[in-house]
Amino acid sequence: MKIRALMLAAALAGLGVTAVTAADEPQAVRQQLMKKVGAATGALAGIAKGEKPYDAEIVKASLTTISETMKTFPDHFPAGSETGMETEASPKIWENMDDFKAKAAKLGSDTAAVLAQLPADQAGVGAALGGIGKDCGSCHETYRLKKN
Amino acid sequence: MGRRIRKLVSGLVFLGLVGGGAFWWLTKPAPWPAAHWEGLGEPDLANGEQVFWAGGCVSCHAKPGGEGDARLVLSGGAPLKSPFGTFHAPNISPDETAGIGAWTLAEFGNAMTRGVGRNGEHLYPSFPYASYVRMTPKDINDLWGYMKTLPKASDVAPGHELPFPYNLRLALGGWKLLFLTDTPRAAVDTADAKLARGQYLVEGPGHCGECHTPRNALGGFEASQWLAGAPNPEGEGRIPNITPGSKSIGGWSASDIASYLESGFTPEFDSVGGSMVEVQKNMAKLSAADREAISAYLKAVPAL
Repeated sequence: MKIRALMLAAALAGLGVTAVTAADEPQAVRQQLMKKVGAATGALAGIAKGEKPYDAEIVKASLTTISETMKTFPDHFPAGSETGMETEASPKIWENMDDFKAKAAKLGSDTAAVLAQLPADQAGVGAALGGIGKDCGSCHETYRLKKN
Repeated sequence: MGRRIRKLVSGLVFLGLVGGGAFWWLTKPAPWPAAHWEGLGEPDLANGEQVFWAGGCVSCHAKPGGEGDARLVLSGGAPLKSPFGTFHAPNISPDETAGIGAWTLAEFGNAMTRGVGRNGEHLYPSFPYASYVRMTPKDINDLWGYMKTLPKASDVAPGHELPFPYNLRLALGGWKLLFLTDTPRAAVDTADAKLARGQYLVEGPGHCGECHTPRNALGGFEASQWLAGAPNPEGEGRIPNITPGSKSIGGWSASDIASYLESGFTPEFDSVGGSMVEVQKNMAKLSAADREAISAYLKAVPAL
């Protein structure tokens, strides 16, 4: 009886610890990074669709966010982070880590190339976004699993 | 005694023959009468190309690994995993021997809408003729005209890998008897031309339900669960619910759906993934009006 109570306490304490550090877990970090990329993409799409006026600073900042994020994004998939925290990462990532990294690098370099010749108007942003979207899709096609 | 047994046996054999005959008659391959495919005139190739993208032919039949125009080489071969075994999409390029270049419009049309092969055999419903059955003869004629303009490929796709009893084509007649129907999947207001068009595209050529609707043990749709989402036949994850009751896309507006089909971006600027990546590439080639029709229909089906 006593032992069981002790074990329960230990388990609860364990849960508490997990909760405190949850934001640092790789699953949470990479989810945050993807959200950041999503927000940057959204800013570009707003301009591409004409919902927001063209603003060179926003275009530059958004592209920079995507390009910079991709430099480290694949580092947040260490062994042991395959499951948990509602991760949508496919097990195929760990089977084909090199290809996964190459896909992230491609989005990074494609975005850097757009940055080097910054789109000057709405149409230019639209065209750039088309290429970026393709990179997103080509990775998500294989390496992301929707669970709901 | 011996006589009685013999009588019983011959009685059973007789019943078996009658029953088997009735089964055969009820479930034999049933192409359309020849007149169905006559008098359609010259195909409208521009419409044929639109039907081609709506039908998503390349997603299964394109030579695996191709990009851009290489996707138009319909040499087949891609594996399609299912609980019944693994299917391999055949070569449907206009090559006369490896592909379907020597087929007539009627042969093509009966494969598309009746699931009947060129030799009068039942085709497996992994080829979504249970959706294509809703397609108009005009669209089939236009599509056939367009497909004949595509490059020829001489590759021969591997055969299907199906265990017993799924390797028996005869049994597919029973499947068709149970599940092959051209009645509407969902009741929508077809007086609204946009909804009617959306229904045609989603339930017919677009064959969205083939992945988004759960199936029963015999591989037929669970009729009350139209587009309510289903296990991923490839094994991992789920194919999402796309009715207005969906947790993932129920909150999207019709224009959110249309813009997703065009750009591949969700309203939260997540991107398309999984096998939908291929589908979205096809949907991006449709007219804006057709994408809007699809979206209107998806907002009008029962919320599940």
